Amino acid sequence: MDSLSPEALRDLQLHANDVRQGIIRSLLAAGSGHPGGSLDMADIFTALYFHLMRHDPTNPDRPDRDRLLLSCGHIAPVRYAAMACAGYFPVEELLTLRRFGTRLQGHPERVSLPGLETTSGPLGEGLAQGTGMALGAKMDGADWRVYVVTSDGEHQCGLHWEAMMTAGKFKLDNLTCIVDRNVIQIDGSTEDVMPLEPFADKYRAFNWEVFECDGHDIAAFVDAVEKAKQVKGKPQVVIAHTVMGKGVSFMEGDYLWHGKPPKKDEAEQALRELSEARELIGAGR
Amino acid sequence: MASTTSANAASAAMHLVDYADLGAIKQVPTRNGFGEGLIEAGRRDEHVIAICADLSESTRMEGFKKAFPKRYIEIGVAEQMLVAMAAGLAATGKVPFIASYAMFNPGRSWEQVRTTMALNQTNVKIAGAHAGVSVGPDGATHQAVEDVAIMRVIPKMTVVVPCDSVQTKKATLAVAARWGPAYLRFARAESAVVTTEETPFELGVAQTFREGGDVAIVACGILVYNALVAADELAKDGIECRVVNNHTIKPMDEPAIVAAARDCGAVVTVEEHQVQGGMGSRVAEILAAQHPAPIEFIGMHDRFGQSGTPQELTEEYGMGVASIRAAVLRALGRKRARNGR
Ligand SMILES: Cc1ncc(C[n+]2csc(CCOP(=O)(O)OP(=O)(O)O)c2C)c(N)n1
Ligand SMILES: [Mg+2]
Repeated sequence: MDSLSPEALRDLQLHANDVRQGIIRSLLAAGSGHPGGSLDMADIFTALYFHLMRHDPTNPDRPDRDRLLLSCGHIAPVRYAAMACAGYFPVEELLTLRRFGTRLQGHPERVSLPGLETTSGPLGEGLAQGTGMALGAKMDGADWRVYVVTSDGEHQCGLHWEAMMTAGKFKLDNLTCIVDRNVIQIDGSTEDVMPLEPFADKYRAFNWEVFECDGHDIAAFVDAVEKAKQVKGKPQVVIAHTVMGKGVSFMEGDYLWHGKPPKKDEAEQALRELSEARELIGAGR
Repeated sequence: MASTTSANAASAAMHLVDYADLGAIKQVPTRNGFGEGLIEAGRRDEHVIAICADLSESTRMEGFKKAFPKRYIEIGVAEQMLVAMAAGLAATGKVPFIASYAMFNPGRSWEQVRTTMALNQTNVKIAGAHAGVSVGPDGATHQAVEDVAIMRVIPKMTVVVPCDSVQTKKATLAVAARWGPAYLRFARAESAVVTTEETPFELGVAQTFREGGDVAIVACGILVYNALVAADELAKDGIECRVVNNHTIKPMDEPAIVAAARDCGAVVTVEEHQVQGGMGSRVAEILAAQHPAPIEFIGMHDRFGQSGTPQELTEEYGMGVASIRAAVLRALGRKRARNGR
């Protein structure tokens, strides 16, 4: 695969900015939900939906699509915003997030919205289901890939490690796990609540190939995934080092924004900051 | 008129607040009562410890953590570990309270609960937060509406669903004081406080909150308030309901349930839970064996929850005041048809 051209990179950065604005708008309308992790995964969801994945917003069930599983369902707003920007549904529908009767349930429900691969929210269950899908693809000789987005906090769930062991056993090289390593969970730093380090070594010990990158450097993330795709005989993990709330100054790095929606004035400031950032990206054109 | 007076007498004997006066009603989440009760339990017994799975604020364990930092353990997002480790700690004489959302504990950890807490007989207390659809916008994945069923089916387990925050505090202290595995269920949303400090509370003893002889409404949890309001509205049409606060699901107060069916001749059960396997199912089991009577069931009828406000969801799933009134009328109709009039 070719590396990203400067123009392609700028386009992705603009899309990521749109996704962040969509997150803020939808959470303001909802009045509840999780901005921190959603914002910090905006660059990665943009890279997946706008560059890396084989998928078709007009045909979400296309059999040979790559599968993207969101294991940490609480950051649904980033997936919804990325899907809307990519053309799965009208951007305006983002304003129905978490409301009675919406397709955009507080945590993603597969049967509610086409294009979601699983129902999630209860942590730690995504990699196990992704392992099943990747194994199914192997059994059928299919060439599509499975991407599972996980949070760092959910690495405290036993089931996740059962899945890691199993994916290693079956040498699922069509499976890539992406970790939102923001070092934050609800009660504080992951390293205080239940230390995860040495994190990369744990994956290695379970027979995974490990890649690490800055989760806000889209080119570096794309590069890591492209390399992961070349790996044979092993599942791969991309540990993306992220900053909770990335893109909104007063949310960045603060665990209190894990699950607190912005108030009106906070949302306005966030959107102002994001619009200014967008101008700068555009100016680089 | 006479029956309305006796309805008020029951409420006075129970030291209830004047729940008909909307202005007098305080709205407090039941989980707050758990937080207060846990601190008090910690003061009364130094063996009481608290273990949390990355939800100390929303389960209201935070206060205990501040008051007794050395007796608070954080274990991260690991609900199976939460239960099994607590069983181990209980084996050393501790009295562990363990907290997460009901969906994950006992939802995810059920087999550990059955084996390490109940079969193994350890003194562990589960605090199940965010039960019911009143969780609201988080949606179905976070709305536990099967937890009472999976807990009441386990031998040796005590299961308590208090009606408001004041009662949740008393229930917390009661399960702390009584040896044995227990499950305490509470909710996220603000809900009406109908009891007071003076209201008695005893595990396994159902409470008559309102007297009446036409239909018995047997309710638990935060919907007890809706049951009381429905009963008052029906009284205006001359229908007098007994309202029983059936807070202990296991062991259930069988004599009180049988007496309600005998005195009233028809029963409506009200719970924020699947009607299959919940509190109402236990009422039906008791009455089928001891005193068959028409029963109508208010609760979730074999559906999952969804995103929405607590009010929208309570209405959508037929647990609002109007639905309870309609169920009472159906029960009354069946009773009259049965009695041949
Ligand atoms: C099994 C399970 N237990 C508890 C929760 C409640 N919960 C939601 S998010 C979260 C942890 C947050 O940390 P992380 O997963 O790293 O997400 P971040 O805050 O970084 O977005 C918890 C405990 C859950 N969703 N699932
Ligand atoms: Mg995190």
